[in-house]
Amino acid sequence: MSVGSSVAVLIPTPLRKYTAGESRVSAEGSTIAEVIDSLNAQFPGIKDRICEPDGEIRRFVNIFVNGENARQLDGAATGLNAGDEVGIIPAMAGGN
Amino acid sequence: MVCPTRSASLNLLSRSAVVHAIGNTPLLRLHRLEHDLALPDSIELWLKAEWGNPGGSVKDRPALAIVRRALEEEKLGFGQTLLDATSGNTGIAYAMLGAALDFPVELVLPGSASEERRQILAAYGAHVTYSDPYDGSNGAIRLARQIAADSPEKYFYADQYGNKSNPESHYLSTGPEVWAQTGGQITHFVAGLGTTGTLMGTGRYLKERNPAVQLVAIQPSESFHGIEGLKHLPTAIIPAIYDDRIPDVQIGVETEQAYDTARKLARLEGIFVGTSTGASVEAAIRIARQAREEKRAAVVVAVAPDSGGKYLSTGLWSDS
Repeated sequence: MSVGSSVAVLIPTPLRKYTAGESRVSAEGSTIAEVIDSLNAQFPGIKDRICEPDGEIRRFVNIFVNGENARQLDGAATGLNAGDEVGIIPAMAGGN
Repeated sequence: MVCPTRSASLNLLSRSAVVHAIGNTPLLRLHRLEHDLALPDSIELWLKAEWGNPGGSVKDRPALAIVRRALEEEKLGFGQTLLDATSGNTGIAYAMLGAALDFPVELVLPGSASEERRQILAAYGAHVTYSDPYDGSNGAIRLARQIAADSPEKYFYADQYGNKSNPESHYLSTGPEVWAQTGGQITHFVAGLGTTGTLMGTGRYLKERNPAVQLVAIQPSESFHGIEGLKHLPTAIIPAIYDDRIPDVQIGVETEQAYDTARKLARLEGIFVGTSTGASVEAAIRIARQAREEKRAAVVVAVAPDSGGKYLSTGLWSDS
């Protein structure tokens, strides 16, 4: 089992009900997929909001790594380094 | 003779081609979708094509009503800047009117706003402040309120979520159009809840004409969603104009369902719409299926707030 990197994850408001209101949490993983699993281990149920049943990131979810959209990188397989900042944002502006 | 206190903007409004182009949008029959669903002749599906408005969305209607009232009350047109929180469509409508009627516009958008919206707003000349992308539209609303409170003399805070001119615009325009376009035969009116103005205003008009008309409200089925323009009311700041007694039916739609239905409309009907229309038509399909099971006739009208063009950079059209 590889030792993953410790990254910061920025949580959008609608998902903070899983993180007890925390907007910034830590997670472990060397890829985005591993970090999502790490989040789910800490905050059960959060993965079902972010991913489809087969583990793919839901179509409307943008995940940013240090400001870059993971869809322009390797998606869920995008590699991470210690200290990276991962942001989860629904791909919409959300209102009117 | 022009009254000396009447603003230049109000004078421009009475002659503005852009203003006169707002409203009177087509109502499109979804024949192929009806056939695909094997609906009987007695069940009709219609789409109110709000992308036909000059700003590209249904929001041209409430924006115009809000601006007109503000100009008449001199809250705008004498150097004030129009300020509001918006995810895009209302901002685009305000920006368009600000350019056409010569008043400054300042908008607060969530930082996650798509590239298309940023460029469109810049084209009209609006000034944009971005709120925390992680706080969505609630964050934009809070920031706009704060900005307005800090400099009340500088701004006309349009407040689309609380401004009565919003639902009133639909009572005066969308409702009468839909009633006339269906020859008074409409049985169900289907609209998403964002500011809720469309359903509140159109619904009030339709109920006055025929209390049996069913008002169907759509929300995203969960708080973490990708249906731009709609609100998950249990977790959102409830718009002041919303009256939860008005809708007869509440339907929750998943983002993926909304996306799939929008894509289906493009392929099956040649109609290219945004995500919220996908949600609206998905709900209309459920209403139609239920009517078929109950062997009832139905004339279902769903609102199409905008076209698919502003969603090219989201996950709506890209292959998964």
